[in-house]
Amino acid sequence: MEAKPLWLLAELTYKCPLQCPYCSNPLDFAGARFRTELTTEEWCRVFREAKALGVLQLGLSGGEPLLRPDLETLVATARELGLYSSLITSAYRLTKDRLAALKRAGLDHVQISVQAADAELSDRIAGTVSHRDKLAAYRYTKELGFPLTVNVVLHRANLHQVEALIRLAELLGAERIELANTQFYGWAFHNRDALMPTKAQLDAAWQVVQRERARLGTRLEIVWVLPDYHEQFPKPCMGGWARAYMTVTPAGEVWPCHAAGRITTLRFETVREHPLEWIWRESEALQRFRGESWMPEPCRSCARRAVDFGGCRCQAFLVTGDAGATDPVCSLAPHRPVIDAAVAAVERATAARIAPPSLTYRAAPASRALAAKE
Amino acid sequence: MNPATSAAVPRLHPKARLQRDDVRKRDVLLYPEGIVTLNPTGAEILGLCDGVRSLADIVATLEQRYDASGLERDVTSFLEGLAAKGLVLYGG
Repeated sequence: MEAKPLWLLAELTYKCPLQCPYCSNPLDFAGARFRTELTTEEWCRVFREAKALGVLQLGLSGGEPLLRPDLETLVATARELGLYSSLITSAYRLTKDRLAALKRAGLDHVQISVQAADAELSDRIAGTVSHRDKLAAYRYTKELGFPLTVNVVLHRANLHQVEALIRLAELLGAERIELANTQFYGWAFHNRDALMPTKAQLDAAWQVVQRERARLGTRLEIVWVLPDYHEQFPKPCMGGWARAYMTVTPAGEVWPCHAAGRITTLRFETVREHPLEWIWRESEALQRFRGESWMPEPCRSCARRAVDFGGCRCQAFLVTGDAGATDPVCSLAPHRPVIDAAVAAVERATAARIAPPSLTYRAAPASRALAAKE
Repeated sequence: MNPATSAAVPRLHPKARLQRDDVRKRDVLLYPEGIVTLNPTGAEILGLCDGVRSLADIVATLEQRYDASGLERDVTSFLEGLAAKGLVLYGG
């Protein structure tokens, strides 16, 4: 069956006022590869071509998408095409006027991150004073009648706040809260040993989630993104490589997810040089892991291959150096001992009361320094 | 949640939007981070959920349109499914 995409994540810029150390953007986001951002006209063409391919859901993300002065135009174009648009934002310095303009342009849904339940911890994790702006923006979002998602990336420094975060979302009148345990890509992979929680922390948070789900029912949807290093089987990453999702980067590269650009053994094409349809259907990178024929053992003969599609290619590349390996978090994978060792090291250090390593915050100078080192 | 009575007035949650999927030639319901694929009957039922018609009105309209009877159970269970996902609300 031919794969038709349903979801497009448009990363409009990698500029961001926040500096979260788990950012999923590439470590070299400040480098030449991403510097020349697509123009308004180029993005509108991408949206049209995506719609013609079958896309229905559009995420407007970044970096910080509010930094694009043409955001209202892009939203209006998406609405004309019938795409359901979600703004994925830090809400830094977001005014009610700007949000109202986006509403008029046809924006459907707003997702605002928060780094912790209280201002002090939230600002410390973000590396930027931003918690106040977020609380104000949550109110504007509801006052303007948008559905609201509160998004929180979870890690060892904020997992103890899961209950407070759910109560905050409830108080704000949010429709959804995404409790996304850190997935180790980009900056999060670089900071992995500092961010990784203990099993006890995860178990305690999961108890809270189950209890709160029972209490809240459909009033507030609680999404719990699994901490895959602590799971037995891999996640069905993106529902399979280049099957339903695509990401377009600020400079126009087309990836099957927002982390795939890190796979240096693949060459990703750009919408500046090719039609989106050709890239999706024909380009080597997007065909490389589509379907099942690429699978090694133990995936190839595994009953779960139709459930998890062999897991995540980016994780395989980051951990093993081979994007075609079985996802190393799978308990059947030959590289699972590498994951077990990373998890065990955190447990040992915590038991011995050794402080976690210091975090590298996501910022342009750090990005350039890391890129130079590679 | 109690089952809706026939006097209840179903309506789409404002977060959800009915949309034609031209590529796959079907109707869909779009909402935050989600897509529900609709068959032609489902799309027709939702098209009648205008916040004015009651469940009984909707059933009567469909029964008249198709010269059929006994559609109440199908219509109710379809809408209950969407209400369980928080996509349909009932007023009275």
